[in-house]
Amino acid sequence: MARVPVTFTVNGDEQAEFIAPGALLADVLRDKLGLTATKIGCAQGTCGACTVLVDGELKLSCLIPAERVEGASIETLEGLAKNGAPLHPVQAAFAENFAAQCGFCTSGMILAAKTLLDRNQEPDRAAVVDAISGNICRCTGYEPIIAAILAAAAEMRGRKSA
Amino acid sequence: MPLQVVRVESVRHAVAILAAEGGARFLGGGTLVMRDVNAGDTTIDTLVLPDGLGLDRIAIDGAQATIGASVSMADIPRHPALAFLKPVAGAIGGPAIRSMATVGGNLFAPYPHGDFAVALLALGAAATIEDLDGTRTVDLEDFFKNRATRGIVRDVRFVLPPGGAFRFVKIVRRKPHGASVLSIAALLPVVAGKMSGARIAYGAMAATPMRARSVEAAIEGQPLDKTTIAAAARVAADGCAPLTDPQASDWYRLNVLPVHLARLLAKQP
Repeated sequence: MARVPVTFTVNGDEQAEFIAPGALLADVLRDKLGLTATKIGCAQGTCGACTVLVDGELKLSCLIPAERVEGASIETLEGLAKNGAPLHPVQAAFAENFAAQCGFCTSGMILAAKTLLDRNQEPDRAAVVDAISGNICRCTGYEPIIAAILAAAAEMRGRKSA
Repeated sequence: MPLQVVRVESVRHAVAILAAEGGARFLGGGTLVMRDVNAGDTTIDTLVLPDGLGLDRIAIDGAQATIGASVSMADIPRHPALAFLKPVAGAIGGPAIRSMATVGGNLFAPYPHGDFAVALLALGAAATIEDLDGTRTVDLEDFFKNRATRGIVRDVRFVLPPGGAFRFVKIVRRKPHGASVLSIAALLPVVAGKMSGARIAYGAMAATPMRARSVEAAIEGQPLDKTTIAAAARVAADGCAPLTDPQASDWYRLNVLPVHLARLLAKQP
């Protein structure tokens, strides 16, 4: 089968790959680039496990042919704390608040939470619930996740004013 | 199964590909077509990308609004003139879905989805459709009678409603953003204390979004008081033929519709 070339930036690094025509962005990230934080749950846009950022907007990488993001800037969970850098406050808060159990939803949850906190430094509970409403967790019952995001918001506000 | 992804130079070019190749699909935000691809629909062999064609523009000319088909649900509330549609666009999926799902795609969303289309129907919107014969304008009510077009929706147009005249409610079981048990959009302009040009549309109360003509007739020319609302609730389910799905049974939808309609009409703007 003929391969097609794609070039885009992932977590700040330019990537050029030959991929199968129509290959999903989620598959290219995982199988070609080894960035396995991005998960494929339902492949129907329902679970949010494949959430990534494309040019700063939350998107579902299982519903995007990789050829569509030619030239775009992609951010995955791996980009939040690269090369042993300290964890992002949202990642640290997830660990401290026991917001992950099996971990399958965690990558998408953290990216959804980070996007919220980038735009809204003082989210209330309703804003947090809306922010993760496209991400399904079948372990935690959501409460530890909501608590973690609110804790991360407080931590980030504290750092800013310090 | 290889899947060809094609970038086009114009809507006309896209129309030609869709007309020539039965396996070609126009890819809006991806939240409908890519689901089918991932579910193994092998009749799809080509995806036509509309990116870069300028279909993502919002134009406000006086009271006339034109929303490009590629405008996303996340784009809608960011435009000051369309802020009144925030409750509609904000009710469609989580943030990732909202930054992908498009206005044009919502017109084709299968039951029970398509809540933005319900709002557009209440607003009296028309769709601009381009096909092999040229460009035509189709009233959304006619559009929903036959969605199996090989043309492309370029944009939707409607007259901005008077302030406070638009109301919307979406009933879901999975909070906050599940699929619709039902949705109701209402355009309720008031002239001299009475309804003038009221339009009501339902989602998930028939196979496609529908007008509630009996309700419109019951409230037109009346003050929106308790008597009028009671009369509207009595005829709320006229012409409805909801389906049974994981959200709700047809019976449940028919029985709760009058309650939600009455609450929406009684809501203080």
